[in-house]
This record gives sequence, structure tokens and C-alpha cells, in this order.
Amino acid sequence: MSFVLGRLGQTVLVLLVAAFVSFSLFRYVGDPVNNMVGQSASLAEREAMRTALGLDDAFVLQFARFVGNALTGDFGMSYRFGQPVATLIAERFPATLELALISMLIATGVGVPLGVWTALHRDHWLSQALMAASLIGVALPTFLIGIALILFFSVWLGWLPSFGRGQVVEIGGWSTGLLTTSGLRALVLPAVTLGVFQLALILRLARAEMLEVMRADFIRFARARGLKPRAIQYRHALRNTLVPVVTMIGLQFGNVFAFSIIVETVFQWPGLGLLVIQAIQFADVPLLAAYLVLIALCFAVINLAVDLAYVAIDPRVRSGGGVRGTV
Amino acid sequence: MSALLKVEGLRVEIARRGRVMTAIDDVSFEIAAGEILGVVGESGAGKSVTGTAVLGLLERPAFQAAGRILFDGRRIDTLDEDAMRALRGREIAAVFQDPLTSLDPLMTIGDQLTETIRTHLDLTQAEAVERAARLLAEVGIPAPRERLASYPHEMSGGMRQRVVLALAFSCEPRLIIADEPTTALDVSIQAQILDLLRAMCRERGTAVMLVTHDMGVIAEVADRVAVMYAGRLVEVGPTQSLLAEAAHPYTRGLMGSIPDMHRRDVELAQIPGSMPRPDAPVPGCAFHPRCGQALPRCAVERPLTFTAGASEVACWLADPAARSAA
Repeated sequence: MSFVLGRLGQTVLVLLVAAFVSFSLFRYVGDPVNNMVGQSASLAEREAMRTALGLDDAFVLQFARFVGNALTGDFGMSYRFGQPVATLIAERFPATLELALISMLIATGVGVPLGVWTALHRDHWLSQALMAASLIGVALPTFLIGIALILFFSVWLGWLPSFGRGQVVEIGGWSTGLLTTSGLRALVLPAVTLGVFQLALILRLARAEMLEVMRADFIRFARARGLKPRAIQYRHALRNTLVPVVTMIGLQFGNVFAFSIIVETVFQWPGLGLLVIQAIQFADVPLLAAYLVLIALCFAVINLAVDLAYVAIDPRVRSGGGVRGTV
Repeated sequence: MSALLKVEGLRVEIARRGRVMTAIDDVSFEIAAGEILGVVGESGAGKSVTGTAVLGLLERPAFQAAGRILFDGRRIDTLDEDAMRALRGREIAAVFQDPLTSLDPLMTIGDQLTETIRTHLDLTQAEAVERAARLLAEVGIPAPRERLASYPHEMSGGMRQRVVLALAFSCEPRLIIADEPTTALDVSIQAQILDLLRAMCRERGTAVMLVTHDMGVIAEVADRVAVMYAGRLVEVGPTQSLLAEAAHPYTRGLMGSIPDMHRRDVELAQIPGSMPRPDAPVPGCAFHPRCGQALPRCAVERPLTFTAGASEVACWLADPAARSAA
């Protein structure tokens, strides 16, 4: 329990630092006033705008106001859209989160079993074919995979939609595409595109870890105890490969958010990625700052989940000892 | 007396990058029921490989190229994996060198004990737990019932090796392959573990193949000793007579390298040179380049096995024909 509380404290600290960095960094990325007023605006008009936006106040004061407002869910108004940032993000976030979660689910659900299988059947032709394929999966750029999938499944076969999110259902302010057929169909290609790289990575790591563990003394001793191969492979070997694999999955979640910008562009997926690209072009500080804080929050939550997973998997963490494979 | 374990002409080869090396060459020995056979030699002499072969756990690139292994009169080296697995842990158990790495770190020792017991014996979970607690008590672990819920990392190295012993004895095997069971432990703990191993074996009539490089360990517990050198057996005999008068020059060299606390002024004897590696075999007797008494034929002819006193020794010096000629 104290472990969890300590982790929560760290999480809050991390979020504050992330908020500070994002806020202070973007304060110096271009002058939003320049973008908001026309070229012909006078200096007085610019000053008036600056004051109205609170950009004149001391830096610390601006940051304190930013954090205070953020706690109430208020990230200010977007310079570009003239709407509350919170509303803009709330509209787009579900799409990105669903995309990221489903693609990670595919990557883990397929990657781990395949990795284990290839480790246990090293000389099988299929295992070697999978390893070769996983190299391609790691090497191919995401946008290329997306375009290839669109060409194949949308243009040639006409099976799946090539863009958009399909029909969505509102549940308590959360718009989900997971409950309608068209929503699910629209999710397949982007989720696979986003997941291919992660799948290949997880497959290779799971295989390497499994091979490593299968050479361990306690596996040899388990064989000397006469245990059945299934018990050795799954009860002993697989569990011992899980800690590094879970670590990796946690870390990769961040990359999934990053790559989702590309995937959302390719598939015109109405998520945060598209919004952020526009915000970057426009130096839309409130939107960008809020986006970064949100991403930091996602990271923090995922890391917390990863830590809790360690506790569930490895008794050495429970008793406060070190754990193998933490990064 | 029929032997419990009989190894005949065992040859283990290692095939690596198209080259075949011989790790074990024509090794034959027996272990009687309830007997403790010490297998001694330098690292790389093939002691562990021999134990691994008996357990049927040789892994690529190593494989058994010739010979037979009989357990209780039944040939076991040709058994399929399922039949061999049923034997391992049940009839032939193992204790490995490092107790810190022999146990699964993510599973309680109780679960590791009961899974072994229930794999081999037809017991309910409750009966298996009962048996596991009794085993822990027997290997000298305090509060055994509570300890069942402990994880390996919560115990010291000595305690963990006791757990490993409990695992080895869990299904009352008739033979235990103990591969350097005390090497990784503190000296003070080593004696405790050895005493425990010997006591439990004597009580149950369990035979042991005790692999070690430590002559002191052999002197302590073994009934008979088999000395290995470069993948071959060079001398086999009862511990007392072998310690008193070793017939093979290599065995004598090994004896000379045991430190004697009471004679600090005497410099420790060494055997000059090093053991030939499997990838560079030596013709004739593998020990002749390091042997002070080598005869011309030692470099050419591989020695036959002769009887010298109570021992069997593979050395031309022990050839009665040579001795009578001299």
C-alpha cells in the first residue's frame, strides 16, 4: 500500500514538472499574438491583446494560473479555434486513446504468444519466417504500412473504409467507436498500422527473453525434477519473461501516442494527432501545453499500471527488493 | 551385487560448426544401491557432463555417441522423453551447484515442492502440502509450515540448498545426481549441507553420484571415488584406499594439492601444465604430457584398465606385464 502511495506522489511530481516544462518551452515558441492579429494591426492593438490574454504577467504567475486552472479542467482558450482547449481535447481524446489501446492490445495479444512460440520452436520454418517478417515490421515506416493497407483492403478489395472513424456512440461524454459495426470496421486499418511496429518489437523481445530464461538454471532444475514441458514453459519460463516484456509495453505506449499523429494523418482519424499538428503550425500554446500535460498524464498512469503489474508478477518487488529488467 | 546404476562405455560428443569433439570417452562405472560415489576431477574433465547424461538432459550440441546407461537393470539412455521425464525427479533426482539460481524466483517454495510431488505421486493437494512441510522439517528448516509460503529470495543460500535437497528427496528417489552441491556455499554451511545429504541418504538407502572438484568433500562422504581426467575415467576405488595410496599419477597429484593445515611450511604441490581441451585431444594417455613417470608407450597407446590393490586404474604403470618386466 505504501508502495502505491509513494508511486502516486511521484506521479504528481512528474506531472507538475511536465506541466512546467511544456508551459515554459512553448512560451518561447513564436509569438501567438502575431498569428492572431492581422499584419496591419497597430502596436497598441497588439498590446491590448497581450494584456487580455494575460501574457504580460510575470512568468511564475502565469504558470501558477495555468496549473490552478488545469486542476479544474480549464486549459484556457485555444488561440486558433477560439474555443476552450478542454472542450477541443475532450472531443478528440477518445478517438486517439481508443486507437492507441486497441493497437497495443493487438500488438501484445499477438506479439507475446508468437514470441514465445518462436522461442520454443526455434528451428521450425514458420518461426524463422516470423523472425524475418518481424524485422520488416520493425523497419517499415508507419505511413507506408498505412498507405499499403489502404491500397490493398480499401482500394483493391473494398473491404474496409480508408478514412474516418465511422459511427460513434456517446456514453457519458465519451464518444466511442467500439460499439458500432462501422466504428469497428473503421478502426481495423489504423489500429493495425499503428500496431505493426509494436507487434514486431514485442515479438522479438518476448522471444529473446524466453530463450534467455529457458537457459536459466531453475529451468534446467525444473527439467531435472521431471516436470512436464508445458508446466516448465508456461508456469516457470513464461512468467519469468513477463517483467521485461511488461516494461517494454509500458514504454512503447508513449511511442504509440507519438506515431498516432502519423497514422491519424494517413487515415484522417479525428484524434488528438491531427489537432496537435495544426496547433504546432499555429503556435497554439494553450492547446499544446494541455496536450503535453495530457500525454504526461497518460504516461504516468501507464507507468503506475506497469509498476502494479510488477507487484502482481514479481514477489521480489513486493518485499522492496530490486527487480530485473526495469528501465 | 547388482548395480543400481550401470554406465558402460559412455561416450558423449559435441558437434559444433561441423567439428565433432569428444567430451566423454569410454566411461564405465557402477553405483550400488545406497552407495555414495564421488566423481572428482578438474573443471572440464567431464564430471558434470556424465551426470547430465545419466539424467538424460544432454542438450545440443552435446549428444551421447556410444555406450549404455542402465538403471536398476533397465536401459534408460534409449527411453523416449516422456518415459525419461517420469523417471527424473521420481527415481533419479538432481541437486545442482547454485541454490540461488536453482529455484524459480517467482514461485513459493511450497508450490515448487507440491508441483514436483504431484507430478510424480498420486496425491491430493492437501496431502502434497503435508508432505512438503514434512520434507522442509526434515531438511532442517525451522517453522516449515510457514516457510511453504516463502519465496526463494526470502531465504539464505544455505536455506535454499536445503530446499533444493527437499525437492530432490520429495519423491523418495533411489539415486541422486548431486553436481557440486556445496561449491557455491560458505565453508561453514558446506559441512552442514554435506552432513544433511549423507544422513538423508543413509536413512533412506539412497545412492548418490556426487560430482565435485573438492577432494575434501569426497573424503568426507564418498564410499568410493571415480577420478576423471579429460573426459576419461582414470581411477576408481574405495575412498579409504584411494586416499591412502592412489595408483594413478594424476590422482596422486590431486592428493598433493590438498592444503594441510598442520604443515604450513610445505609448499602446495601442483600438477604442471593444464588439461587438454576436447578440441585438441592428446594421443595415448591424456595425462602423459603432465606425467612425471610417463613411459614411451604412454604417448602412443591408450592405457588399458588394470587392477591395482582395491582400485581399477587406467595407467600403463599399473600393467602387471610391465611391472614384472621391470
